[in-house]
Amino acid sequence: MRRLSSTQELEKLRDEILKKRDPHQPFITVCGGTGCHASGCHQVVDAFKKVLHERVKSNGVGLRVTGCHGFCERGPLVVIHPQKIMYQRVKPEDAPAIFQETVLKGKGIENLLYEHPTTGEKINTEEDVPFYKKQMRIIFGNNGSIDPTQIEDYIAVGGYRALPKALFTMKPEEIIKEVKKANLRGRGGGGFPAGLKWEQCRSAPSEIRYVICNADEGDPGAYMDRSLLEGNPHSVLEGMIIGAYAIGSREGYVYVRNEYPLAVENIGIAIRQARDLGLLGKNILGSGFEFDVKVSRGGGAFVCGESTALMASIEGNVGEPRAKHIHTVISGLWERPSNLNNVETWANVPVIIDRGADWYSQIGTEGSKGTKIFSLVGKVNNTGLVEVPMGISLREIVYDIGGGIPGGKKFKAIQTGGPSGGCIPESLMDLPVDFDRLTEVGSMMGSGGMIVMDESTCMVDLAKYFMNFLKDESCGKCTSCREGTKRMHELLTDITEGRGTMDHIDLLEELGWVTAEASLCALGGTAPNPVLSTIRYFRDEYKEHIINKRCPAKVCRAFLKYRILSDVCTMCGRCAKACPVEAISGKTRTKKEKGIPFKIDEQKCIKCGMCFESCKFEAVEAQ
Amino acid sequence: MESSEIDAIIKQYRGEESAILAILQDLQAKEKYLPKEALEYLGEKLHIPLNKIYRIATFYRAFSLKPRGRHEICVCMGTACHVRGAQRIADQMNLQLGIRPGETTEDQNFTLETVNCLGVCAAGPVVAIDGQYFGKMSPGKVEGTLKKFRSDKKEGLNAKA
Repeated sequence: MRRLSSTQELEKLRDEILKKRDPHQPFITVCGGTGCHASGCHQVVDAFKKVLHERVKSNGVGLRVTGCHGFCERGPLVVIHPQKIMYQRVKPEDAPAIFQETVLKGKGIENLLYEHPTTGEKINTEEDVPFYKKQMRIIFGNNGSIDPTQIEDYIAVGGYRALPKALFTMKPEEIIKEVKKANLRGRGGGGFPAGLKWEQCRSAPSEIRYVICNADEGDPGAYMDRSLLEGNPHSVLEGMIIGAYAIGSREGYVYVRNEYPLAVENIGIAIRQARDLGLLGKNILGSGFEFDVKVSRGGGAFVCGESTALMASIEGNVGEPRAKHIHTVISGLWERPSNLNNVETWANVPVIIDRGADWYSQIGTEGSKGTKIFSLVGKVNNTGLVEVPMGISLREIVYDIGGGIPGGKKFKAIQTGGPSGGCIPESLMDLPVDFDRLTEVGSMMGSGGMIVMDESTCMVDLAKYFMNFLKDESCGKCTSCREGTKRMHELLTDITEGRGTMDHIDLLEELGWVTAEASLCALGGTAPNPVLSTIRYFRDEYKEHIINKRCPAKVCRAFLKYRILSDVCTMCGRCAKACPVEAISGKTRTKKEKGIPFKIDEQKCIKCGMCFESCKFEAVEAQ
Repeated sequence: MESSEIDAIIKQYRGEESAILAILQDLQAKEKYLPKEALEYLGEKLHIPLNKIYRIATFYRAFSLKPRGRHEICVCMGTACHVRGAQRIADQMNLQLGIRPGETTEDQNFTLETVNCLGVCAAGPVVAIDGQYFGKMSPGKVEGTLKKFRSDKKEGLNAKA
């Protein structure tokens, strides 16, 4: 591919690409995100390839493996263009029929369409599915229509349009002004205004400055950044190039988790393609501006998501945070001014430059502008990635987009902000989602994990779970964090195992306060949030564990008892077979013999729940 | 591991000291662990004290100093999997294999690990074995899933008689 040396050449290339693409020509897109990969999209792709290869008439029908569409619950997802008919849970054997009926004749296939959960009506297109309807996909929307490994696809949808605008029509200060006006706040969790950060970095005295993309997405239950980097890496890259120009940087890094192999691969491909086209490297588009990006792979340490730890890791050191008496925008990577933003923040930049801050700032609330991508997971019907305007209520996200709680169970709480966040109870479901409101109620925006919990989730157990995570991931530098998380975990373990007293709660609150106040970085600073927020909103559940030695959600094993109801038992013997410790005795009923109802020996029972799961007649009861 | 193979990796990164993390990752990917001899050789070549290399190798979760089993099992312990009962899956693995997370079976067939999130929350609880995903797991499905990877095809714990 030829190197572009002016805006005109880029626009010419865009025209050429668009001319080659007939918008009426049918093509098939298959979601290739990790969620769909896990449900077997690759076999579906192979099946389509085979069908397209076999049919001579299929000449010209395109097949595109795209990034994540977001609706992971219904994967593998297939969308047929130009009608945009969406098929869900597609199997390889459906490929011939889809080709024959939909691609050739334009007809929908009933049983592959999404069915409205309440009306039962079949829904044809992606945008009419309730999951997508309330979303506003300005950052994530292109994921479903482009092949992330083809720069042409990104250019065809208007990609790299903001870059020449920034380079040739705006001064660096004007770009910063625009980003400030749009009030873009850091999407990695902190919510710090990006424009202000850029300005500070730009004015720091140094010849060399760095821009860094934080793709060390470590929050369990959150995978928005991965899906962006996997599905639309050029949008992140374009944001970084514009940022680098505004800040006055010639070198950038993408620090990405090595556990995300596809993201590592796709951002690498994107960088090479951008270099080949002259969108990275020396004299970008003939502007005289020079910038290049390197990829740095993380080593699986949660704390490296913290800016100073991340920079230490890029330098080839142990990822320990340092005190930020001098901010990283003044002295960061290799003691040079460094500007770090998260994946989603960077992806917002081209949109702001292209469409303008005035347009952008119409979306959202007073203090939080634009959209936010959340990963909506846990006890919710429609698991997936959702992009919503700031200010939408939690209720709308969980019920309208998420489709409510599965199995007719009762909603209990929603957890946002990952291990640094907190749990929000039912009573606050109408809370508008924005940076400040979430912090007010003791949680935080975080990077965008949103875990829905129902009545079968024990809040004490959940707090223990997060504390277990944090005690493992604490780097150990600050005593308050290293020991604080450990002791809080011990106290929570005591409570879940029946040794808790009311003093435990007081001690947890005190320890939480000390840990937050005395630790250097945000990991320790926010570590007590899961504990403090569950105590704040679910104190009764703590008390139930401590005083009545009971776990209302039937999760904590110390309080759990399995029992077989002899009048319901059909004497099939399935439970005894499933029991790994031979704790169940009885006699299987056969045609010849009468059988004896099964029962559990409590002394031997390890409470693994295998009998409960194996019984088809609900004869095993958990108390 | 041949020293020429290590040289080839170092060369990719132009021998830069700051690339130590990337070099260790490539070594780990190749050998599935970091052999002591390789680390010593690396230290000499890059003029990095061995204690610094060990500090890095033990700080990051991605590295192992012990050889790994033929099959690597990752039980996802992400929050979404946790609320759907991931702990029970981990316990059942433990029971079936007789090893705890981080350990390898005596026959070197399995290494059991837990991970903080695999990011395939829609399929939770999830287990990945050698990168292959097994979604919507339950304690009851553990035995059957493991069977596909057992070297001697011997039956699991539950096949008592």
